[in-house]
Amino acid sequence: MMAERHVIVGSSIGLHARPASLLVQAAAKAPVPVLIARHGGEPVDARSILSVIGLDARGGDTVVLSADGAGADAVLDELAAVVAADHDAEGAPS
Amino acid sequence: MSKDLHGLGVSAGSAAGPAVRLGTPPKLPETVPAIADPGAEADRAVAALDAVGDFLRRRGAAAAGQAADVLAAEAMMACDPALAAKVRGLAAGGRPAAWAASEALASYREMLTSAGGYLAERAADLDDIADRAVALLLGEPMPGIPDPGHPFVLVAAELAPADTATLDPAAVVAIVTERGGPTSHTAILAKTLGIPAVVCCPGILTVPDGTVVAVDGSAGTVIVEPTAEQVERGARRHAERAARLAAAHGPGRTRDGHPVKLLANVGGPADVPAAVAAEAEGIGLLRTEFLFLDRHDEPSGEEQRATYAEILAGMGGRKVVVRTLDAGADKPLAFASQQAEPNPALGIRGLRLDGLLPALLDTQLDALALAAKDTGADVQVMAPMVSVPAEAAAFAGRAREHGLPVAGVMIEVPAAALCAGQVIDQVDFVSIGTNDLSQYTFAADRQAGPLAPLLDPWQPALLRLIAMTADAGRAAGKPVGVCGEAASDPLLAVVLAGLGITSLSMAPPSLAGVRAALAERTLAECQAAAAAALTAATPAAARAAAEG
Repeated sequence: MMAERHVIVGSSIGLHARPASLLVQAAAKAPVPVLIARHGGEPVDARSILSVIGLDARGGDTVVLSADGAGADAVLDELAAVVAADHDAEGAPS
Repeated sequence: MSKDLHGLGVSAGSAAGPAVRLGTPPKLPETVPAIADPGAEADRAVAALDAVGDFLRRRGAAAAGQAADVLAAEAMMACDPALAAKVRGLAAGGRPAAWAASEALASYREMLTSAGGYLAERAADLDDIADRAVALLLGEPMPGIPDPGHPFVLVAAELAPADTATLDPAAVVAIVTERGGPTSHTAILAKTLGIPAVVCCPGILTVPDGTVVAVDGSAGTVIVEPTAEQVERGARRHAERAARLAAAHGPGRTRDGHPVKLLANVGGPADVPAAVAAEAEGIGLLRTEFLFLDRHDEPSGEEQRATYAEILAGMGGRKVVVRTLDAGADKPLAFASQQAEPNPALGIRGLRLDGLLPALLDTQLDALALAAKDTGADVQVMAPMVSVPAEAAAFAGRAREHGLPVAGVMIEVPAAALCAGQVIDQVDFVSIGTNDLSQYTFAADRQAGPLAPLLDPWQPALLRLIAMTADAGRAAGKPVGVCGEAASDPLLAVVLAGLGITSLSMAPPSLAGVRAALAERTLAECQAAAAAALTAATPAAARAAAEG
């Protein structure tokens, strides 16, 4: 059974620049493959920065994270937190 | 035997050294070789992309701040697993390694470009990755800033922002480009880093790598294979100039004490320390675009207030002139959903955007008034892209409604210079933006390399518009500043002072040279130089006349 998380993108810049990098880095470390999609859209590999920024998800948009296998729930919780965080607040926006 | 090349001197100073050309992007051969082992081609291509990723990561680790983030993100793209899968697919279909890498990146590039906005800007990152990977796979030199291991004169057709992200001012003693104008990226960067530079210099690309060239960034000359005496003369001039600059301190004034305020152009909080270190008497142009571009939504009033307050506090009570948002068709805002225009430079930009989005200016003025109150700083606001007196009056009214008592406008449209008296009647001061004023006066796009000579700030027609504006200011008893690239040329600064300009605002590294040039002349000498330059027929004649 595929686990899913619906998350609202927290950074106003969206899943671009630093927020996208942080998500991809976290996904690359995960023990199971994670997919990400815009709500209702085609899922892509969350370890691929080009695919993630290609989603063009903006701040306030909902994205869907999904994964399968052992530890999927823990991984999804971790990645959902990365997506939901407001990374703009941590550094000056470019 | 020595030979002279001539261009536009855009960043003062002289230096000599061996010429080294910017690495040019590799080209794939027209004939595609047949491949024997698709699996091996795929491995080679992916290994090259990984090597590019490693290279970018190392560069990123050596860089600071925003440049480091940009390079780290680019490194992740090079090592992207989806990209690698695409490369393997192309190799399996019979494409050799270099072609597979190039075509896979091109398909992502297309996706990004068609999405527009922020994503389209990332297309340049993919081009850079493709160039580097293809160079590795074809055994060609890496594109970008060379690293010969000794100081050198960087030679290029033109420099792009990506080329200069890692430019080391200690290694690059001078820059010469074949194209580019006084407001090109190269010119602005060189001035910011204090590196002598000549742009728009035909023939420079025919000089073989390793040939010694002597560059004079004030006169715009490049001597190929200079004699020992010429090199020595250049070095002596450089040392003299350095000594003169080191000796000049304090507020701007002529030898006989006529004050000309020396101010800094600032593009964000990071620029403030350099302005203070260069003894700027204030900020003459705070560009606020950095808060608005490259983001999806409008910055809140609170965010703006905090950022403005940080800058104001950093200037420690000195005057700060803030230009309200200068965006629009030429610098689009993600949240403004503006229609594309066929002539963005002539379109809805600067203050004109207020007609579409009045809340933008209200929020900005409000945030500025609050930041001024937070810090007790002397804040003056000015509007960009004003053409007629009515626009100036409306802007001044808005500023005062928001509690900002001192308001001015930019003079960058010829119409505003021609009616400067009527415009200045509506406001407390004006500031001449010579970069746009040139572009509009000469009907010459700032981005169009071949038109650069028209945009020479010594053009007598430009000087006349500046003179008209200065006269109007004097008649009204109100300040007239210059905040374009023209202000940073020491000899031109002398002319501007002579025309009656009351303040000069420039990139901080240019302040010392201008301060020294003013201190060496009396006001009467400045006025004589100005009168001579005004009646010249060409930019070169105007400069020669001002030299006297």
